[in-house]
Amino acid sequence: MDNPTKMTEGMRINKTGMATAAHADAMREVPGMTERVKIPGAGLDRGVTDARAAYLKETHALGTVPPPTSVKGAAKAALEMLKGNKAIALVDRMAERLAFERTGVRFYGALLEKLDVGSGFDGGPSRDDLLEIRDEELAHAKMLKESLEQLGADPTAVTPSADLAGIEAQGLGSVFADARTTVGQCLHALLVAELADHENWTLLRKLADEMGQEDLAARFQKAEQEEQRHLEQVRAWAKAYARAEAGLG
Amino acid sequence: MSLELFKEKGVPLDQQRFTWRDLVREPISKLDNDAFSRVRIILMNGIEAESNRFLHALARMNGPLRTEAARVRRVDQHQQTLVNWLNPPDQSPLETTIGFEQVAIEVTASIAQSEPDPYLAQVYRYGLLEDFDHMYRYAALMDRMEGKDANSLLQCYTDILPGRPTSVEHRAPEDDLRRPYDRRSADPLTKLNALTIMAGENQTHDFYMTIGPMYSDPIARQLYAEIASIEEQHVTQYESLLDPEQTWLENWLLHEATEVYNYYSCAQFEDDKRIRSIWERFCDYELGQLHFVMDLFQRIEDRDPREILPERLPEPIQYKSQRDFVRNVLEKEVGYRAKGTEIGDLDESEATRAYREHMNSEGSPSEMVSDGYIWTPGTELLRAAG
Repeated sequence: MDNPTKMTEGMRINKTGMATAAHADAMREVPGMTERVKIPGAGLDRGVTDARAAYLKETHALGTVPPPTSVKGAAKAALEMLKGNKAIALVDRMAERLAFERTGVRFYGALLEKLDVGSGFDGGPSRDDLLEIRDEELAHAKMLKESLEQLGADPTAVTPSADLAGIEAQGLGSVFADARTTVGQCLHALLVAELADHENWTLLRKLADEMGQEDLAARFQKAEQEEQRHLEQVRAWAKAYARAEAGLG
Repeated sequence: MSLELFKEKGVPLDQQRFTWRDLVREPISKLDNDAFSRVRIILMNGIEAESNRFLHALARMNGPLRTEAARVRRVDQHQQTLVNWLNPPDQSPLETTIGFEQVAIEVTASIAQSEPDPYLAQVYRYGLLEDFDHMYRYAALMDRMEGKDANSLLQCYTDILPGRPTSVEHRAPEDDLRRPYDRRSADPLTKLNALTIMAGENQTHDFYMTIGPMYSDPIARQLYAEIASIEEQHVTQYESLLDPEQTWLENWLLHEATEVYNYYSCAQFEDDKRIRSIWERFCDYELGQLHFVMDLFQRIEDRDPREILPERLPEPIQYKSQRDFVRNVLEKEVGYRAKGTEIGDLDESEATRAYREHMNSEGSPSEMVSDGYIWTPGTELLRAAG
């Protein structure tokens, strides 16, 4: 190429790797330059580890879970069984699920927008597929809201686990919202979301079971089963996309 | 009894020191700290950023003062770091944006009520309703893009409702310039207020300009482009309130006094003991810097700082919900517009109309993002569930 830094008209070239970089040879000289440039000495690893350890030891928790406050009727009996930290733990995880499901609804909304402009593929999701999953995620969110209220908990509160779920979802959300990503490209992020979704419903259902919360466990089991179906669907789409990209079948 | 500016000497400049460990403290908890702690942190970052900005400008235009400016600026730099790094890492850029607008609403509302000059108070009320609307648009974005509830940051202190629509806030530059206060006759509180609000808006502008392109959603990017443009308008507006005849040193003295005033205000209301100790420490630092500049003012301009500064600080900024005041202003003044230096129920200039029409000619992100949006606890998705 006459000018390797110039983007070829109409053709985009990935410039991140060394194999095609114009100055790769010069760059390869760098590791051998330790005589010319003073490299920080050994022991720095311990230094940064110790510095981090100081913060890890001194810092307080992310935040607290507001305990259930207003409990009525049948919920009172249920709450009685949740002594000690059990109520807090359950509320925290239910809030995480609620946060995740709400965000999930928005993820599927973004995918629908992409599908509607034609970025779908053979073997991929149809509009009805995405709508069905989105509506089920919303139903899960509503169920969790009602369940939290029945336990006397505040469904608008952001618990530590809900907060962490929000941080985790930020990366996924960036993928869905990017106008440059296709439905197929979003499937990796969707798989991460649905794997976490299903796994955490299973965990929550088992927790409710062990805590003797039969009614809750039954609701969570329904959600878990629906999430199982979502996961299987997303796996199939991801497989179809990967095969289509590779020109197989 | 408030702080006596001439009696309290604070900490001498050469004793204002830090270490990296000192600068990077445990941040506040997004979940457990009061929203007003976040408001104070955000505002004080802005106050320090303004000091940095001002002292750089001063240095460029005043060779003999370069060393003194650099010394004070270095301390302000580190104060800014310590304060801003109290923001927690689990607070996303959009969540921080909600915090920024809460600052704009609650602090501007407090200042609009304490401002002795009726014209400036009107300017603050005018800007207030615009920032109030920005909050509504960002809250809609957060709900619809992420499925999150902005009220978890606001903690019910601040309403989420439309204000003066962002789409009509776009004005020709000449309609953003207001009448400056007269440095000879203005109440000292007028000067402190103007610097405070200008600092807040300037950092908001800078923040939105920085994070806007970090969003992948093109409509989120458009919304930030739109609101960042308004924030530039707001900086222009509030900056125009300052008397341009004030000397550099007069300005510097007022900047230091504004910093003392703001740290003092923060300390009066801070309920987190750990954070309050930071406000108190930095109030003492700013007093030390104030006395350093008082000395320069006397030696170089041969003037008494008492010409400019009050003996005592005014009543602090009120860090509490200003909901009733905001609702009242919303009801009465949401239809107000600006033309030239005037604000009220008036017709806008042709230049403003033409500018706005052109800017909005391919769609309005603030309108698109919040179409039909009604804030609901736990997000609009759960409205049907009751």
